[in-house]
Amino acid sequence: MTQVIKPKLIDENGRRLDGRGPTDLRPMKIEVSVLEKSDGSAYVELGKTKVYAAVYGPKEAHPKHLAIPDRAILNCRYHMTSFSTDERKILGMTRREIELSKVIREALESVVFLEEFPRSAIDVFIEVVQADGGTRTAGLTAASLALADAGIPMRGLIAAVAVGKVDGTIILDPSDIEDKYGEADMPIGIAPGSNTIVLLQLNGKMTKDEFKQGLELAQMGIQKIYQAQREALRRKYGASVTEV
Amino acid sequence: MSFLPLKERSFTVKIMSEKIYKLLQQGKRIDERTPYEFRKITMQTNVVEKANGSALVSVGSTRILTGIKVELGTPYSDRPNEGVFSVNAELLPLASKSFEPGPPDERGIELARVVDRCIREGKAIDLEKLCIIPGKLVYILYIDIYVLDYDGNYFDPSVISAMAALATCTIPKYSATGERVEGEYMRVPIRDVPLSSTIGIIKDKLLVDPCLVEENSLDTSIVVCMDSASNVVAIQKNSPGHIPLSLMESIINVAEEQISRIRTQFKEVIGIEKEGREHC
Repeated sequence: MTQVIKPKLIDENGRRLDGRGPTDLRPMKIEVSVLEKSDGSAYVELGKTKVYAAVYGPKEAHPKHLAIPDRAILNCRYHMTSFSTDERKILGMTRREIELSKVIREALESVVFLEEFPRSAIDVFIEVVQADGGTRTAGLTAASLALADAGIPMRGLIAAVAVGKVDGTIILDPSDIEDKYGEADMPIGIAPGSNTIVLLQLNGKMTKDEFKQGLELAQMGIQKIYQAQREALRRKYGASVTEV
Repeated sequence: MSFLPLKERSFTVKIMSEKIYKLLQQGKRIDERTPYEFRKITMQTNVVEKANGSALVSVGSTRILTGIKVELGTPYSDRPNEGVFSVNAELLPLASKSFEPGPPDERGIELARVVDRCIREGKAIDLEKLCIIPGKLVYILYIDIYVLDYDGNYFDPSVISAMAALATCTIPKYSATGERVEGEYMRVPIRDVPLSSTIGIIKDKLLVDPCLVEENSLDTSIVVCMDSASNVVAIQKNSPGHIPLSLMESIINVAEEQISRIRTQFKEVIGIEKEGREHC
């Protein structure tokens, strides 16, 4: 049993372990309507992080006593496959997954017009196929696309990304190893249409200035992800999508 | 706000939200506080003798009891030289009609995980001093938080009570060979006292320490945790809704001011022993 030695995360030239600069996103792949049976679905890949999201509904709330007279309930399950991580994840929901399901649901609730569907339910399922950092933000990015793909009226899409702090530098889109050995990880979800924060967490130490810097860097990354989201919708729905 | 079942969110909530916002514009609150004024905080320690450390903290009529039990065990394999702690939280059914019996639900899990992050990332405990035999035997602290009475804002008093219980926690002493040193006890080595401040947001106005009525009427809320050097160590946006990006800077500044005020009271009431407790 040995103490794990922290690898050097940024080299002399300011390059990260995977060759990125501090403000670079990983290669991104976004698609909508990837699952046949769901009402809406999306796939988001960010480097080795691979996430599916599917939406079912609006449908009858089940069990019925959970139905709300003037709006839909939104259920969300963020889940990781057992083989998505280095060490096998136990089956079933961990405490982490329960917490993340809550914050992702709350982010989605902020943008969906739930009042359009009284007494019904909208189910959102997020499945992390491979986890290499930034799974909750990739999941939220995918979930908002899946809701759009299901034709559910929304105030706007949500784009999300994490920023981190490694070796004293604020970086965009930390990978798993950067998250593990870094000093801070801050996932952020923004509704670019209204320029508001819908998800915000921080785990780690940042000065007030670093926090501000991180927030700015995240906004830059989110603009890129937002563009990719809109392109993915355009590819599927053609020119009929003008503004989302 | 997620704290109220969605079905209870109706016109009354909208009316109350309007009322609270109008008061905030005049610098007032429904319970006669100013926007950046905490309710009265009380802290009592060693309230449960059978626990190694305990604290009862109230903020207004919200009351939190934290107890710490210490056991011996093996360290995590990737941190052989460090003791272990884990945080659990339960929203007891006696505290509110909206809490139900059963294993912790997502709110309890969220509370525990946010307090855990605050203590861990705020480097509150010198974990290396909780190691007895590297790789083999370490102290394990079980920090268990119970919400006894819930009138809004269970995050901030939970962090205070966890820190107060830790700062007064005594643990049986063991020699470097793992033998119990009879009759001798030691304190949990505290390095810093990270604390939290919950900020409520209605439109463009902020308020601190929301009471239950306010909590149910907020647009959204956020918990900010900081250490004694005013580093941000944990954040959790803990309810649905939007935070305008333009408000983030003032949110952090308001939280900083609140936290330093609570820390002053913490120092006065709990007191921090000098040895190995540099920052506070």
